[in-house]
Parts: sequence; structure tokens; C-alpha cells
Amino acid sequence: MALTKAEIAEALFDQLGLNKREARELVDLFFEELRMALAHGEQVKLSGFGNFDLRSKNQRPGRNPKTGEEIPISARRVVTFRPGQKLKARVEAYAGTQQ
Amino acid sequence: MDGERSMTKSELIELIAAKQSHLPAKDVELAVKQVLEIMSDALAQGQRIEIRGFGSFSLHFRPPRQGRNPKTGETVALAGKYVPHFKPGKDLRERVNEPDDDLTPSASSRASASTSASTVD
Repeated sequence: MALTKAEIAEALFDQLGLNKREARELVDLFFEELRMALAHGEQVKLSGFGNFDLRSKNQRPGRNPKTGEEIPISARRVVTFRPGQKLKARVEAYAGTQQ
Repeated sequence: MDGERSMTKSELIELIAAKQSHLPAKDVELAVKQVLEIMSDALAQGQRIEIRGFGSFSLHFRPPRQGRNPKTGETVALAGKYVPHFKPGKDLRERVNEPDDDLTPSASSRASASTSASTVD
């Protein structure tokens, strides 16, 4: 199963002794602040974890896969995540533990 | 271009501390660092992360390949590995795409300047 906000809050409660309400609010605020920064066009740099970058994409031709009809994909801004060195190294080590 | 402005971990901690004034700033700092630690730990154990409205993190496998030492030209066998991958959620995708009306007055003045110039030719 996947890690969710509820489980992150539970871990903060267990590990740091925040009460459950504080832990929940903190986790909500954490992701809300990241979202607001990105919505305002700010890159987010979390050292040791990674960077959330914004990339502008130009309009490009697209196609409805069902009907084959051509429809342009409008210009848009997208979020990309670049994991930091520390996170990459930790995750890479996981490959060694498989099989 | 995009990405000129940025938010760092310490700025994130300050923003959260300002909204959680009942918690000492030091506790907010510890908690933010711990959230990142919990997330890194999950990924390091091959677990997915799913945050509704924000997005999901998972691991993508990169198969083994032949690499080359750029200095000596020697070929080296590179083992397969996992890399972290983030997929933005619907809410984040939509919010990032909305024009910012609140923070960037320059963006709206640029937009109106370009519409008034659009009759050239």
C-alpha cells in the first residue's frame, strides 16, 4: 500500500510527539504551501529530497486517440520533479535488495 | 522564463511556522524535515506515496545497460536501478496552469500589451 497524508501525520505523532490534530494540520499545510508556490510560478527546492520545477510547453498538435480527430494541445505549464542526489542514492540502493 | 523565483526548505518552514503560531518554530522545522525523511524512507523501501490533490511518487526501473567511461572510452556494465518519479495530481496540474492573477501584475500587463498589439499586419 501507498504512503498517504494520514500515515505521514500518524508518523509525526509517533516520532515527534505532536498531537494528532497538529500533525494533520502540519501535513496539510506542507503540501498546500508547495502547491501554492508552484501555482504562483515558483520553483521549489527541498535539499536532500529534490526540486519541483516548472516547464512551459508550447501548443502542439494532438489527436483524439479514439476518433483520430486532430485537436491542438494548448500551451501549458507543467510541474516536473528532479530528485536530489541523496534521494537518488537511497532509492538506487533499493534495486540491490530486489531479487 | 519559468523558475526564476524559488522557494527553499527554510522558506517553506517559515511560511508554515507563520500559520501555526501556536507551535514553536523549532518544532515546525523538525516536523518539515521529518516529513521529507518519512517520504524518502518510503521510496527507499520501494513504497509508493499518494497525496490527493498534489500527486504521487513511485519508482521507475532503469534496466541494466552498457555505459562508457568518458575519460578512457572503456565500456562498463551498469546495473539496473530504480529512480524516483513524480506524477502531479489533477488539482496541482490545474492550479499550475491557471494564470496567476494575484502575484504577478507584470504578467497581466504583458498580456494586455500583447492583445493591443495584435492588430499589426
